[in-house]
Amino acid sequence: MKFANTTVPQEVQKENSPQLSKRQIWNKVFKGVCFTATAFSIAMLLILLVRIVTQGAGFLDWGLLTNFASRNAEDAGLLAALAGTIWLMLVTAPVSFILGVGTAVYLEEYAPRNKFTNLLQTNISNLAGVPSVVFGLLGLTIFNRLMGMGASVIAGGLTLSLLVLPIIVVASREAISAVPTDVKHASYAMGATKWQTIFRIVVPTALPGVLTGTILALSRAIGETAPILVLGALTYVASTPSNLFSNFTAMPVQIYNWTGRPQQEFQDIAAAGIIILLLMLLVMNSIAVFIRSKFQKRF
Amino acid sequence: MLLSLHLGNYLLRGCAEMEDRSKLSISERIEQRTKGSGSSSFMEKLMPIVFFICALISVLTTVGIVFTLLFETITFFSNVPFADFFASVEWYPFFSDPQYGIWPLVNGTLMIAGIAMLVAVPFGLGAAIYLSEYASEKVRKTVKPVLEVLAGIPTIVYGFFALTFVTPILRSIIPGMDIYNALSPGIIVGVMIIPMIASLSEDAMSSVPNSIRQGAFALGATRMEVTVKVVMPAALSGIIASFVLGISRAIGETMIVTVAGGASPTMTLDPTGAVQTMTAYIVQATQGDAGFGTPIYYSIYAVGMTLFVFTLAMNLLAHYISRRFREDY
Repeated sequence: MKFANTTVPQEVQKENSPQLSKRQIWNKVFKGVCFTATAFSIAMLLILLVRIVTQGAGFLDWGLLTNFASRNAEDAGLLAALAGTIWLMLVTAPVSFILGVGTAVYLEEYAPRNKFTNLLQTNISNLAGVPSVVFGLLGLTIFNRLMGMGASVIAGGLTLSLLVLPIIVVASREAISAVPTDVKHASYAMGATKWQTIFRIVVPTALPGVLTGTILALSRAIGETAPILVLGALTYVASTPSNLFSNFTAMPVQIYNWTGRPQQEFQDIAAAGIIILLLMLLVMNSIAVFIRSKFQKRF
Repeated sequence: MLLSLHLGNYLLRGCAEMEDRSKLSISERIEQRTKGSGSSSFMEKLMPIVFFICALISVLTTVGIVFTLLFETITFFSNVPFADFFASVEWYPFFSDPQYGIWPLVNGTLMIAGIAMLVAVPFGLGAAIYLSEYASEKVRKTVKPVLEVLAGIPTIVYGFFALTFVTPILRSIIPGMDIYNALSPGIIVGVMIIPMIASLSEDAMSSVPNSIRQGAFALGATRMEVTVKVVMPAALSGIIASFVLGISRAIGETMIVTVAGGASPTMTLDPTGAVQTMTAYIVQATQGDAGFGTPIYYSIYAVGMTLFVFTLAMNLLAHYISRRFREDY
């Protein structure tokens, strides 16, 4: 440090090579440009949030949460959409959790090193890159038509489960592979079998990471519009789902419907709906961060 | 009395068993244990199968996607000639004399993706360079989560923002611009992709070892020269891969373009006019009255197939680039 603080090099820079100072100026300019790029991205986020909150905040009231959709903007509410989204998550959460963690455990603990395992891994990373609207087509064909579920809660929930599966698999694999081999060996040394070690040692240790990944995946699922729209979710429903085979609408679908209407009032309540959607995401993300920081064990 | 008799019997049998066991060799005893431990051994055999089935579901999903798209697309081409789909430049499926030429939709999709990349590449790369090379650890740890928030916002929210905020501003700047246009959703898709490009490129640049940077500094290079002439070439495969993945995301993006891009499939390069992307058509067609079995119904699968092939090619290309051209240190 002392060496760097001596003033000689700077004087040398100034007197002996005027080119160097030019290069230093370019460096400053470059840094400024890169800083501006970063600031722009953050500014866009702020503008978006401020704009939506200022537009929608005035239209937030209990009626929005307790009314069904309506032709009059003043009476329109999110009740059916809110209930639909909760029902969807009741299907998506367990299905995607079990499939995701199961896949991760298989890949990390059981999978032999062969071509099929390679295929499995490539397949999962490619699945993550498939556009969500294509999952909607899958849901429309397989769940809605072929299995005869119709545009029901269970069809929507299963479609979303498959959509977010890669996220949970990747997060769970990371968490499971972070469990130290020492701990596993200790369990084997105590006479535990492989399944006992996985069930009692590996999965509980990896659980905070797995849960964080699951919650983040669900917060992705909550905001997905295209797949359930393509699946055939209704944009106007005046009842809450009563069972897994009921028709449904969901928060983002309702917001899409309101956004598409020409009247200004509907756009305003769309903004209010977005605020509620973003608040739900905020709560879920906070829980995920809390779990990660509170329960994650470091070895 | 009865109880003690039972107990005595039990003890006797236990002793006999023990005697039995002591006669066995250790390896035989281990064999006995693994055979006879009941439910535990059952789980031991069952669970790998259960987990394997879970893993198989993801393969089945891919198989399901490919086969549904393939079968329904084949049905589509039994009604509409193959040549029309690829040779015609008119897409009017709802007309009484329907035209099914895919190019207007491809044109709209690529135009929006192009505009998006014009926004996302400079800003994403700039942010990546700043975070990786210039920012202090503290700044990096604050800004990265903020960018993740940007990536976690549902696309319908971006669509709403594009239609109700960006479009009016653009229309006041550019006279004669349509309400539905390619520019506004293009810009916002770009904003949506910034975090992805920033994060992936930053990862690539951060993984360039410090010793190489220090070598360049020791030769008298400025930080910019180190970044542009040393770090970026070394991280180039990762940076390019992030761009390709960004294009793939832009092509597959649905809600922003559906809400703000309009529904007029035209062969235009004018970003102020309305366009339609492949994704937006799929949403439009499934929302309408296109009944099961009509040509319109099958057309969504043909469009979906085209979309799937585009994004798959991009994703594979990104994987190839990042693997083939990676510099290992």
